[in-house]
Amino acid sequence: MNLRTPRTGGLALLAAVILFLPLALVNNYWYEVAILVGINAIVCVGLNLLIGYAGQISLGHAGFFGLGAYGSAVLTARYGWPPAAALAATTAGVALLALLVGRPILKLKGHYLAMATLGLGVIISIVVVTEDRLTGGPDGMSVPAFTLFGLALAGERLWYWIVGGVLLAAVWIALNLIESPAGRALRALHGSEVGAQVSGIDATRAKLGIFVISAVFASLAGSMTAHYAGFITPGKVGFFHSIELVTMVVFGGMASTFGAVIGAATLTLLPQLLTVLKEYEMVVFGAVLIATMVFLPRGFLPSLVFILKKKQK
Amino acid sequence: MSAQLAQYLLSGLTIGAIYALVALGFAIIYNASHVINFAQGEFVMIGGMATVSLANAGLPVLAAIPVAVLAAAAVGLALEKFAVEPARGASVVTLIIITIGASILLRGLATLVWDKNLHALKPFSGDRPIELAGATILPQSLWVLGVTFAIVLALGWFFGRTLTGKAMLATSHNPLAAQLCGVNVRFVLLLSFGLSAALGAVAGILIAPITLTSWDVGVMLGLKGFAAAILGGLGSGAGAVVGGLALGIAESLGAGYLSSAYKDAIAFVIILAVLFFMPSGLFGKKSAERV
Amino acid sequence: MIAPQLCVTALSKAFGGVMAVDQVSFDLEPGKVNSIIGPNGAGKTTLLNLLTGVYAPSAGNVVFDGADVTGLAPHQLAARGMGRTFQNLQVFFNMSALENVMVGRHLRERAGWLAAMLRSPRLAAGERESREEAAGLMQFVGLGEYLGAEADAMPYGALKRLEIARALGGRPKLLLLDEPAAGLNQTETQAINALIVRLAQSGVTVVLVEHNMRLVMGVSDHIVVLDYGRKLCEGSAEQVRNDPRVIEAYLGSAEPEAC
Repeated sequence: MNLRTPRTGGLALLAAVILFLPLALVNNYWYEVAILVGINAIVCVGLNLLIGYAGQISLGHAGFFGLGAYGSAVLTARYGWPPAAALAATTAGVALLALLVGRPILKLKGHYLAMATLGLGVIISIVVVTEDRLTGGPDGMSVPAFTLFGLALAGERLWYWIVGGVLLAAVWIALNLIESPAGRALRALHGSEVGAQVSGIDATRAKLGIFVISAVFASLAGSMTAHYAGFITPGKVGFFHSIELVTMVVFGGMASTFGAVIGAATLTLLPQLLTVLKEYEMVVFGAVLIATMVFLPRGFLPSLVFILKKKQK
Repeated sequence: MSAQLAQYLLSGLTIGAIYALVALGFAIIYNASHVINFAQGEFVMIGGMATVSLANAGLPVLAAIPVAVLAAAAVGLALEKFAVEPARGASVVTLIIITIGASILLRGLATLVWDKNLHALKPFSGDRPIELAGATILPQSLWVLGVTFAIVLALGWFFGRTLTGKAMLATSHNPLAAQLCGVNVRFVLLLSFGLSAALGAVAGILIAPITLTSWDVGVMLGLKGFAAAILGGLGSGAGAVVGGLALGIAESLGAGYLSSAYKDAIAFVIILAVLFFMPSGLFGKKSAERV
Repeated sequence: MIAPQLCVTALSKAFGGVMAVDQVSFDLEPGKVNSIIGPNGAGKTTLLNLLTGVYAPSAGNVVFDGADVTGLAPHQLAARGMGRTFQNLQVFFNMSALENVMVGRHLRERAGWLAAMLRSPRLAAGERESREEAAGLMQFVGLGEYLGAEADAMPYGALKRLEIARALGGRPKLLLLDEPAAGLNQTETQAINALIVRLAQSGVTVVLVEHNMRLVMGVSDHIVVLDYGRKLCEGSAEQVRNDPRVIEAYLGSAEPEAC
């Protein structure tokens, strides 16, 4: 195995970080932060396939995340489903929904696509807030622990390893996909849609495929969040969370899987660190965001790689 | 026409006029720069909040309003100068994130300069409802409709009759060609942000006596304005106005006859439905890709 | 007579009120080099876009290999054996040169989404094969020195040939080249000329849209001349060259037009 390629080398590095990070996690609070980073990273790795590689914006992915979370929550808490069955049904349901709405939505381009995905996300979040008999409305609802073969999965430390493992799998899948005929088709669509079409690529199908995959990533992350936290509120379903997710992808660097992970980690940690600024938190966060995008318009990781390559020459 | 229907139409028109003003702001900036300015709603907030705080400080409302509008315009200019201009040539998504950063920054500043409370602005000419075709209308609604109408006329004159307005239109069609004809494209860009900010602020001031105002009032109004601009067809001024009014009326009717809990969702259901059948909005140009 | 590979009948395309292509009809025989020429704005590129499904025709029809393909989407036509290049490059600048050509053989890739995500051994084997074939195609069009290059680091002339290699990746029966020699120097143009001859010899039907008359006259078996969206005439290079209507269209008439 050649560790010098970004694929295997990056995967090995990520595995090492996940393996040794607990040494630095001094208490449960930091475990919680690490889990949050991991969950955001899973969503961002999927979202980056859609935005960064296929060039299709989505401002509504928190909707899929929320459907995953509330699907698992409602099926287990209200209808007494076994968590594994609820997870499977929810994931399948979200995939189906993405397939159905994706068909008309993905015909749109640019800002129109942004508007449609944004609208979809907002509608999902309003449904979650309004259907309070099922979802508990704005107050949220509690979710039973995930049980597997009679064992309840609970505790920050256990969930750290679960989320870490799923993140590793998500990154591996994303890297595989990019270096496959399907992934090349997506990147080709981004490069020149008409060039891709005359090469035999069915643009609608390819976009739809990656839309569904990225929605499933988000939904799985949502389901995990619900069971891990034991309680969910509509905050994670709304427009702001969608924006947050896109920002992480763009901040880390579009069309870079590890960039998406770095973006998720940075923008999850930043607010935690900025809490010391108290009332100045929003101002500084906004300023950091603007400055990064102005000075590193390609995002963090690709800009870094670019600078390093320039130095080598 | 039943009185109830008339009532829904009137309140729909009022809020629709506000959406139209915000949508015009989106359209003007989009035309000049192809940027969707996600901080547009923040101009609405600044307009309302600045007027309230100036009025509370003892300034007569008539004096507070122009100061607030100018303040918002100054913020718009600063946004263009320090955040959008330095990032020229960046991808659309990067520019979107920059304006999102700006909107977070501006909301944060609002909580520092003002506070996180709801504020009321006194109606311009009392709050005694006026009877109209069996329905009632607040005097403030008349202000909203009247001022919006005047602004639309003024913008029509500006873009159709003045050299600066025509220069802005020319830039939207082809920046390079406009520049070759002697149009100062950088000035046009700056002007478009100033103008959009001023429009947003006016909307924020007009609506503040009806719906109250606060540091985060710009979020939903911004999104609805964006929806209205898209509904009409991005970049079309007439489309923005029609889109705004249509959205306002549909929302008001939907909330009245269908479900008030889903009032905010109605705008987005409509926009999705329209985009499914008309992917460039109602008045948007269908662009044939040249290859 | 051999059955024509492509029958175009009364094909038209209107943009607003302007007829960019107006009632154009012609047949193309398989394995021949066919050129479409005409002054600027004659509708050549629009015609190419109609044939390859990039635009939907306003009227008329196209029969390819005996089947009516009018109005099919570009990827469907590609699946039936059409390949093309573009006047304004449609290279995937976000990918390497080799990957560009690998995309060209997309239709012959057999791996689905699931196999791609889990990187099945069969997919890995397919990838090796794909890489080798793409490298071979790059050699074939004379891009051997760019095997390791990123597309956005290649010069214009090489990108023109990269598009040809990509189109060949789909093993087209009909290859449409839109101004492959535009912007190329003499040597590069000669290389394109030789390439077209080799392609036709290997049985590919070539449709060439080109302004370089020396190239067109030297390489074409059959020429269709367009002017103002209409077919002016067609025939061999000799016939076209001596047709007074063609001379008039290119050089203008000596007398004022009667209208």
